[in-house]
Amino acid sequence: MRKFLFRISAFVFVISLMIPVLASGDEGVLERVKNRGRLICGVHGSLPGFGFLNESGEWIGFDVDYGRAIAAAVLGDPSKVEFVPLKAPERFPALQTGEIDVLIRNTTWTLTRDTQVGADFAPPTFYDGQGFMLPKELGITSLKELAGASIGVTAGSTTELNLTDTMRALGVDFNPVVFEEIDTLYNSYEQGRCDVVTSDKSQLVARRQVLKDPEAHVILEATISKEPLGPVTVHGDNKWNDVVSWAVYATFFAEEHGITQANINTFETQNPEIQRFLGKTGDIGEKLGLSKDWAHQVVAAVGNYGEIFERNLTPLGLPRGVNKPWTQGGLLYAMPFR
Amino acid sequence: MALNSTTSPFWRDVRVLRVLLQVLFLIGVLLLAGILYANMLSGLNDLGLTLNLDFLQSEAGFDISEGIEYEPSDTYLQAFWVGVVNTLKVSLIGIVCATILGLIVGIARLSSNWLIRTVAAIYVECFRNIPLLLQILFWYTAVILQLPRVRDSISLFGDVFINQRGVYLPAPEPTSGLRIWGVYLLVGLIVAAILYVLRARQLRQLELPGFRAKWALPAFLIIALLGWFLTPEKPFRLDPPVLRGFNFVGGISLSPEFSALLIGLSVYTGAFIAEVVRSGIQAVVKGQREAAKAVGLNESQILRLVVLPQAVPIIVPPLTSQYLNLAKNSSLAIAIGFPDVFSIGNTMMLQTGQSIPVFAMIMVSYLIMSLTTSAAMNWYNRWINRVRR
Repeated sequence: MRKFLFRISAFVFVISLMIPVLASGDEGVLERVKNRGRLICGVHGSLPGFGFLNESGEWIGFDVDYGRAIAAAVLGDPSKVEFVPLKAPERFPALQTGEIDVLIRNTTWTLTRDTQVGADFAPPTFYDGQGFMLPKELGITSLKELAGASIGVTAGSTTELNLTDTMRALGVDFNPVVFEEIDTLYNSYEQGRCDVVTSDKSQLVARRQVLKDPEAHVILEATISKEPLGPVTVHGDNKWNDVVSWAVYATFFAEEHGITQANINTFETQNPEIQRFLGKTGDIGEKLGLSKDWAHQVVAAVGNYGEIFERNLTPLGLPRGVNKPWTQGGLLYAMPFR
Repeated sequence: MALNSTTSPFWRDVRVLRVLLQVLFLIGVLLLAGILYANMLSGLNDLGLTLNLDFLQSEAGFDISEGIEYEPSDTYLQAFWVGVVNTLKVSLIGIVCATILGLIVGIARLSSNWLIRTVAAIYVECFRNIPLLLQILFWYTAVILQLPRVRDSISLFGDVFINQRGVYLPAPEPTSGLRIWGVYLLVGLIVAAILYVLRARQLRQLELPGFRAKWALPAFLIIALLGWFLTPEKPFRLDPPVLRGFNFVGGISLSPEFSALLIGLSVYTGAFIAEVVRSGIQAVVKGQREAAKAVGLNESQILRLVVLPQAVPIIVPPLTSQYLNLAKNSSLAIAIGFPDVFSIGNTMMLQTGQSIPVFAMIMVSYLIMSLTTSAAMNWYNRWINRVRR
C-alpha cells in the first residue's frame, strides 16, 4: 500500500513538474523555425493563383511564393517549407496554437483581427476589394438590382460582414447562402443554388477561370470594401513579425530598384542602400537575426514582387491595379533598408 | 476488532484507506484540471487574449439564411439562439422521421415476404455502412441541387413548387372563420372523449382486446368536417408562393440545406433504429407469439397486442442512444451550410476571436440537449416498465 501511495505521489510530482513545460512557449517562432529546419506555412489550398496544389502535387501561387520567400530568408532554402491547407475558420486557431508559423492565406487586415484573435499583421502583399460575380444572362449591372437574390458567401469571412453591411445600407433584401468550403460555394453557384457569389475580386477572377464556361459569368463593376491581404504572425512575437515583414519589403524593394531573379547574382551597384540590401556591406541581416545575404536569398528564390505577380496572377487575367510600386503610382512601398 | 485497532496503524485500516484513496483521486483530478486551466490561461495571456463574455452583447453583423426572427443588427447571443433553435428543429423532426422509418423497416425485415425482407435488408446495410457526411453531401449536391432551376420549377397542384432552392408550399393564413370552426372542434373533442370512455368501458366488460378510439375518431372527424363546410368563411385562406424576381416569395418553404440534412439524418439513423426494432422484436420469447396464435389472434393483433408491448422496453434504451447520436450528428450541417448551432458558433468564433467561450457555449448546448433527451427517455422507460408490471 505504501508503495502505491508512493507511486501516486510520484505521479503528482511529475505532473507538477510538467506545469512549466506545458505553460512555457518561451522559444520564439524564429528559433523554432531554425531549430526545426523547416517553415510551416498556412495557405489556402483551393484558390488558383494564390494557394493551390497543381496536378503534379506541387504547391503554386502568390501566397505560396511568399512562404518560399520567408523560408529562403530564414533558412537559406526556399524548398524548406511545408504548406498546410486551411479553411477560413481554421486559420486563426492554427496560428494561435502554433500549428503553423505564418499564415499567408488571403487574410484581410482588420482592427478586430489585429486586436482580438491573437494575430499580428505584416505589410499587405495584395490590395483587393470585394466584388460580385453572376451569370451574364441576368443582365444585371448594379447592386440595387439584386433585391431578393440568393447570394453565396463563405462563412466567417470579412466578405460575409461587408455583404450584410452594404445591403443594409442600400436597403436591399437578400437571401444569404453561407458555406464553409469555397469549393462547395462555387459548386452550388454553378449549379444555380445561388444567383450571385461575392468575394474578393481576385478570388472571383481566379475561380471564374475554373468554372465550366468562364465567359458566361461577369464580375460587377462595384467594389464594396477594402481588402488588404497579407501574411499574419502570432500576436506578441515581434521579432518574428519583423522577419516576415522585411521579407515582404525585400520583394517590394527589389522591384523598386529593378533587381530580379535573373540579374541578382550579377547586380553591380554603387548605391549604398542596395549594397546593404544585398548584404555586401552593413549588418541588416544580423539585426533581424538572419544571415547576411537573406534578402539576396529571397530574390534569388522567388524574384521581386513584379515577378511573383506575373508568374501567378497575370495568367489569370488579374491587372496590377494598385498593386504597383509607389514610384509608379501604386501602393507598394518598401521601408528604408537602413 | 479491539485487537486489530490497537495493533494495526491507521494506514492499514480499510475504512480509512477507502476514504483516503478517494480523497487522493479527487485531488489528482482537480490538480489535473487546474493544470490544464492554468496552461490555457497562460497560453491565452501570451497571445494577449482574455476570456470574457461581453462580446455576446455586441452587434453580430452577419445575416443568417433561415430560422426564427433575426436581423443582422441583433446581438451575437441572439444569433447563437437562432442556431440552437435550428438544431432543435432539425433534430426533433429528424427523430420523428427516423423512428417511423426505422419501425417500418425493422418490422419489414422480419416479414415473411421475400421481396420486402430483402429490400429492407439492403436499405439497412447500405445506409448504416456509409459515412453520414458523405450521405448528406450526396443528398445535397447529387439529389437536391440537381432539381430544376427556379425558373423551371416543377409545379404540383398549381400551388406547390419544387426546385433546387427548396420546396414551396402555400401557407395557410387564418381568417375570421377560424373562431367558428374552433367551436365545432371543441364540440367534436368533447363528443370524442365521451365515446372513448364508453367504448373503453364496453371493451372491459366484454374482456376483449380492441381499438378504444374506434368510435371516438370517426365522430371527431365527422364533426370537424361538418364544421369546415358549414362555416360561412373558410377557416384558412391559402397564401400561395409566387415567383418574384430571383426567388419565390410567400408560402412556406423548406430550404435545400434543411431538406438534405433532414433526409440524411433520418435515413442514416433510421437504418440503425430498424436494427434496434428488429432485435427488440426477436428478443421476445417465441412462445409468446405461438401462444397468441393458439388463442386465435391474427398476425396484426399478435404484433400489436403481444409482441410490440414486450419489445418496447427492450427497444427503448438503445433507441435513446440513437436519438442522442442523431442530435449530435446534426452538427454535420456545417458541410452544406445549414445554420445550426455549430455553424453559427463557428462564424462567431471567427468574427470575434473568442474561440474558447464560444466552444464552451456550443458544448453546453449539446450537453443540455442530450441530457434532456436521455432524461425524457429514461422517464418513458420507467413509465412503460411500471405499466407492464
